[in-house]
Amino acid sequence: MPTTIIWTIAILAGLGLLLSLVLYLVAAKFKVEEDPRIDEVEKVMPGANCGGCGFAGCRAFADAAVKAPNLDNNYCPVGGNEVMKQVAAILGFEVKEKAPQVAVLRCNGSCVNRPRTNVYDGAASCRVKAALYSGDTACSFGCLGCGDCVAACQFGALSMNPETGLPEVDQEKCTACGACVKACPKQLIELRPKGPRGMRMFVSCVNKDKGPAARKACSAACIGCGICAKTCQHGAIVVENNVAYIDPAKCKLCRECEAVCPTGAIHGVNFPKPLDKEAVKARIAERARKAKEAEAAAAKEKEENNG
Amino acid sequence: MAKVTFSIGGVHPHDTKLARERAIEVLPLPQTLYISMAQHLGAPAKPVVAVGDRVKTGQVIAEPGGFISAFVHASASGTVKSIAPRADLAGNMVPHIEIAVDGDEWVEGVDLSDTLVTEIPSDRAAVLDKIKACGVVGLGGATFPTHVKLNPAPGSTAECLILNGAECEPYLTSDYRILLERTKEIVVGAAIMQMVLGGCRCVIGIEENKPEAIEAVRRALTELPYDNIEVLPLKKKYPQGGEKQLIDAVMHRQVKSGGLPISVGAVVQNVATSLAVYEAVQKNKPLITNTLTITGDCLPVERQHNYLFRIGMPLSYIAEYAGGVPAEAAKLISGGPMMGRAIANLDAATVKGSSSILYLRADTTLRKAESACIRCGRCADACPMGLEPFLLNRLYKAGDLEGLEQASAHDCIECGCCLYSCPAYIPLLDHIRQAKGQVMGVIRARAAAAKAAAEAAKAAEEAKKENK
Ligand code: SF4
Ligand code: SF4
Ligand code: SF4
Ligand code: SF4
Repeated sequence: MPTTIIWTIAILAGLGLLLSLVLYLVAAKFKVEEDPRIDEVEKVMPGANCGGCGFAGCRAFADAAVKAPNLDNNYCPVGGNEVMKQVAAILGFEVKEKAPQVAVLRCNGSCVNRPRTNVYDGAASCRVKAALYSGDTACSFGCLGCGDCVAACQFGALSMNPETGLPEVDQEKCTACGACVKACPKQLIELRPKGPRGMRMFVSCVNKDKGPAARKACSAACIGCGICAKTCQHGAIVVENNVAYIDPAKCKLCRECEAVCPTGAIHGVNFPKPLDKEAVKARIAERARKAKEAEAAAAKEKEENNG
Repeated sequence: MAKVTFSIGGVHPHDTKLARERAIEVLPLPQTLYISMAQHLGAPAKPVVAVGDRVKTGQVIAEPGGFISAFVHASASGTVKSIAPRADLAGNMVPHIEIAVDGDEWVEGVDLSDTLVTEIPSDRAAVLDKIKACGVVGLGGATFPTHVKLNPAPGSTAECLILNGAECEPYLTSDYRILLERTKEIVVGAAIMQMVLGGCRCVIGIEENKPEAIEAVRRALTELPYDNIEVLPLKKKYPQGGEKQLIDAVMHRQVKSGGLPISVGAVVQNVATSLAVYEAVQKNKPLITNTLTITGDCLPVERQHNYLFRIGMPLSYIAEYAGGVPAEAAKLISGGPMMGRAIANLDAATVKGSSSILYLRADTTLRKAESACIRCGRCADACPMGLEPFLLNRLYKAGDLEGLEQASAHDCIECGCCLYSCPAYIPLLDHIRQAKGQVMGVIRARAAAAKAAAEAAKAAEEAKKENK
């Protein structure tokens, strides 16, 4: 009997050795040369595989980063500057620091601000709804409220607020991967710089209808009146197609636009103090008065010089 | 004769043709008409009038914006008040021409009398031109420009012209009424199209729940001097009026995936289109009117109507004229209950293809809460295209585009049979329609890429030749 066992063991061991030799030879012959730095880079990536960088996943990003001549077109929004610095160190590149961004909803059309004119009972999907009609209210630009963005967010940063019917961004959890931006059929979500200590200003509306129509549809709509653009001392606001847009690069966070907006379409968030509208308006009026005086004085001087 | 129908799938909703006995009434003109520039399939029309212009009834106010597009005419005389975007049925902004109506003064050369003109012109090109100039489009739902459809690509021949009088959607009665009241005109229209298509056979398909219409057409055929036109009673089944289903029922031929009816020798036109062709060719009258049914299960029969409306009348004007929106109406639909679209904006203007305002009660129309698929397979039994809706739904949710294409999501005709038969109330069609759009996008992109590659190869070859 024991001989059978010995034979069995010997044959199996021999077979194993033989096959491993074959495998070894094949592996050696068909070896794919892979840059070891790809593994190194992959190790420092967040591993969320969210696609926010534009590649299929973290490894695809690492592969592209290793092959690229510089890092200008490759940036992981989830890892941010921290991770990018490590990647740059591995690859010996320079990295341009990017201001951290956050998702911002550009619609103010809560149930209170925007009366419903229709009831929808189709599939609970913004994409389906957008293909069928313009939405439950007279605003054909605003949020459809079925939460495609919420479903797209892998980081749990979005949730539907049942009271307003609008999605809300948790700015601590948002990694600015941009999945929600792609998911929203109404293009209502924008990635904007987080701003110093999280302070930022934005127009929370994209309604392109003329003022009266926009206002009728939604009490907090941007009506394109342009007061904000006129008030802004830094040229940060443009009004195009009846809707205002604040350029975050130019905005100095003075909150004057927020104070003068007649509908409350402009939002300032994370400011330490609540906005004292009257004080800001008084400041603006004072400035206007002074400017007028200076103008009058200049005119007078000119007249005297001439005379 | 044995009654026929299409071979796979289909459902049997109750026909509920409540307004069938109501003769067509003519609606009075409103003060303002809003005429949409996107009333047909294809490119929107381009306005050729300016604000302040005075226009006459039947005058061209917009011309085709592309090969697949159509002329648009003023539906009454008056002054152009504005040319601006206005919300359509779904609330989407579409350019409209607004006309302040001052009366009904027609352009020259239109025969407004009732005399039946039975003589068929023989100049094919001239007839097609007239159909085009009168802005005729398919009135069966798709509003495809008729002159394009009647002029198949060289190399393909029409063997059979099928006139669609199935009106398989419940509630709708406008086709039925014109089949009764304008029978001879419809038959003459069919004979004209028959001539244009080179004298093929013509079959008028009518569902068996409309025996009076079948009888009327039979009688008209014996009185009129045309050959090779026949009536074919069809078994009642939805969606009989679907182009591919009707071809199957009448000719027992199947149109391949992605193919046109002409690939099996068929051309399908709606009976209302036939009437429009008659008026265009024999009377020189552009398409500025159509028939519309006001109906629904929350209206008593005496408040149901079939109206002859002028294109551009706001739906709200017609609803108001007919006695207002009933309080019990939970959903307003334009078109039939199966394929029609819910009206999100009653102020929207009627278009060439408008066929009804349907008021439905909550219990007949509101969707019930969705539950999990119980794998009963009813959707697959119901699908007239032989698809597996439950599978398409799952693939769509998984985002599997390749799988969707393999499962032929792009063949869906959006008939809604699957959704209608699903006991779990899963919004199958909502998802499949999305999937279809995505797959069509992929197919189109692939075709475009293949074309570009072929062109590049050709250019390279030519460059090579030149070098030699
Ligand atoms: S008007 Fe502006 S804020 Fe209001 S619902 Fe529309 S997009 Fe949103
Ligand atoms: S909120 Fe949007 S950008 Fe932020 S993590 Fe979620 S999906 Fe990405
Ligand atoms: S923001 Fe866009 S995706 Fe999110 S719920 Fe609103 S419409 Fe839907
Ligand atoms: S809607 Fe499409 S999938 Fe559903 S039954 Fe009709 S053809 Fe089939």
